[in-house]
Formats: sequence, structure tokens, C-alpha cells
Amino acid sequence: MNIEILGMGCEKCKKLYTATEQAVNEKSINAHIKEVKDIKQIMQYGIMSTPALVIDGKVKISGKVLSKDEIKQLL
Amino acid sequence: MLQTIADTMVYSLLKLSSNSMLGTALNFFVYESIKIFLMLIIIIFFVSILRSYFPAEKTKKILNSKHHFWGNIIAALLGIVTPFCSCSAVPVFIGFIESGVPLGITFSFLIASPMVNEVAVIMLWGLLGWKIMLIYIISGLTIAIIAGIIMGKLKLERFVQDYVYEMKLGENKIPDQSIKDRINYALNYTKQIMKKISIYIIIAIALGGFIHGYAPADLLVKYAGKDSIIAVPLAVLIGVPLYSNAAGIIPIITVLIQKGLSLGTALAFMMAVTALSFPEMIILKNVLKTPLLIIFVAILFVSILFTGYLFNILI
Repeated sequence: MNIEILGMGCEKCKKLYTATEQAVNEKSINAHIKEVKDIKQIMQYGIMSTPALVIDGKVKISGKVLSKDEIKQLL
Repeated sequence: MLQTIADTMVYSLLKLSSNSMLGTALNFFVYESIKIFLMLIIIIFFVSILRSYFPAEKTKKILNSKHHFWGNIIAALLGIVTPFCSCSAVPVFIGFIESGVPLGITFSFLIASPMVNEVAVIMLWGLLGWKIMLIYIISGLTIAIIAGIIMGKLKLERFVQDYVYEMKLGENKIPDQSIKDRINYALNYTKQIMKKISIYIIIAIALGGFIHGYAPADLLVKYAGKDSIIAVPLAVLIGVPLYSNAAGIIPIITVLIQKGLSLGTALAFMMAVTALSFPEMIILKNVLKTPLLIIFVAILFVSILFTGYLFNILI
């Protein structure tokens, strides 16, 4: 599974990253988590609010920080 | 009812006299804190639900069909309801420009959005009353509209970073949200905001209570009263680095107004804190070339000064 966290490095993006990491660990999924900080790449997903969570190329959520449990449900 | 709670706590439970300095100061602190916290929690919750219906993607669609004047007005109004944090300023800017929203209209949105934010508005209402809140909202919107119109007229498109025009936004459908999702989002958001600002509010109200009880009544009249020419620009300059602390600043402003700070100066100060901040400028530097950034700051600076002087003369 490929997970991307889109965001230019704000506080909320870091929170989302940590929560995603925890969710992945707790569900012991084999996933690769990557931060996407480059604005050009971010915009290619068609979103306008960061942070955003992308799983296997699909935008799951944009503009808010999810809790660890909410992310688990999306995985 | 809140007053009864404050009275019971301070005068009955703590057995402080209602005539003592400490008693009145503590009573003021307890009452104001409970009131502001209740207002913030309730209103932020409902505003977040409302906002979940106005994602930036939708706002963009509304705005790219609008042109000048009306477009600026609608952009400023949408700036209030579209969820926005400065970390999203760049994607929002690119998204607007890419889809054909005129530059001036984009700026109306970018100015109104942080300036008329819910925390500042609720705190103004709670501490200074609805009239001052309304004056703040209306003058904030007016600045956003006029500054946007001027920037539109100046034809500044060449000062946007070149890559912005080369961007192609991918199409991506953001999944629809159920009512339950929206309520969850609102609860979480309210919790996050309260966690972030509570400490500032408490410190600020405590400090306010202290000044309220101990500082002489016309302390500021001489230096920062309505006749002082230097007070407005000084207030704006002090406000710029105090970004994102609108929550903590308003309780102190309230007390300073009671001690003689004039309303126009106070308004200018708050606008500088919310709309003219260093971190926001650094973020915008990603999409604006230096001349445009300077023009943007200059126009905002002048509009805020003008608003400050205007209300000092009017009120």
C-alpha cells in the first residue's frame, strides 16, 4: 500500500503524518508512507486544502487532520 | 446566570469581599472566562458544520464565473465561510488562478479569510459587544473588497511566480460527507482550536483583570487616545509579529479600551494581527514575486491605517 501525506510542512501536516504512522503500525500493514512537500506535486492531486491523505493515488481526505482511529478505518 | 456562578465561586466559596480589589478582579476573571469559553465552544462548533459545506473547491467554482466588483464582494464574503488556514494559502491561491479566478478577486478572498476569522469575531462579540464586532466585520470586508479591486486594476499578473501559470490541477472528486462526518469534523476542530487557544485566553483575561483592577483609568488617553497621530501606525507595526494570537490579544485590548485606548487604534491593531503577519507573507512568497508581495503588504497597511484613523475620527 502506498500512502502519501500532502502538505508543505505545516504543523497540521506533521500531526497527520504521525497519526498515519501510528495507524499503520497498529494495524501492522505493509505500507510505504511518504511526505509530499513539493507544491507542484501536491496540486496534481486537484486539492486546495492541506494536509491531505492519499492512499494508492486516491485522495481520501483533504484539509483536516484525522485521528489515528479514523485513519485505521480508511486503510 | 453566569454572574451567579461567578459570585458564588468568588464571594461565597472563596469568601472574598465584593468590595475588595482582589474579589472584584477574581470575579471579573471567572465570569469573563466562563462566558468566553462557552461562546467559543458553541459558535466554533456550528461554524465548523457550516464550513464543511463550503470547501475551497466549491468556492473556486463559484468565483471563476464572477467578474470584478461583484466577484470581489462575493470573494470577501466566501472568505468568511471557507475553511482556511495559512498553511493552505498556497494551494488555494494556485487553485484559484489556475481555474481562471481573476487575481484581484483572489486577493479579496485571501485578505478576508484570515481577517474575519471566527475566533477573533466571537471574542470581540463576547468582550466588546455586537456593535464593535459588526464594525470589525464590515470594515474587514470593505478592506478586502477595495484592496482586491485596486490590485485587480493594477494588472499585476506578471508578478505572480511563473510556475503558477504552468500548473494543471488534476481532477479529483473529494468524497461526499455524511452529517455524522460533518459533526465529527466540527467536534474535532472545536477541540483542536480550544486546545490551542485556551491558555492564551486564560492568561489574557487574567492580565486584563489585573489591569482592570489596578491601572489608572486614563492611563492611555495621553499616548494612545483618539487624538494621537502616531498611535495607529505604531499599533499596526506592533501587531504584525503577533500572528495567530488574536485569541490572547483581544482580552487585553478590551481592558486597554476601557483605560483610554481609542477604538480606531484598537481595530487597526487587531487587523494587523490577523491579516498582516510575517509567517503569512513568507508563505505567500511561494507564489508572489517580491514586487507583488510588497504591493500587497503596502495596500493592506494603508487600508488598515485608514480604517484606524477613520474610526478615531468618527467615534
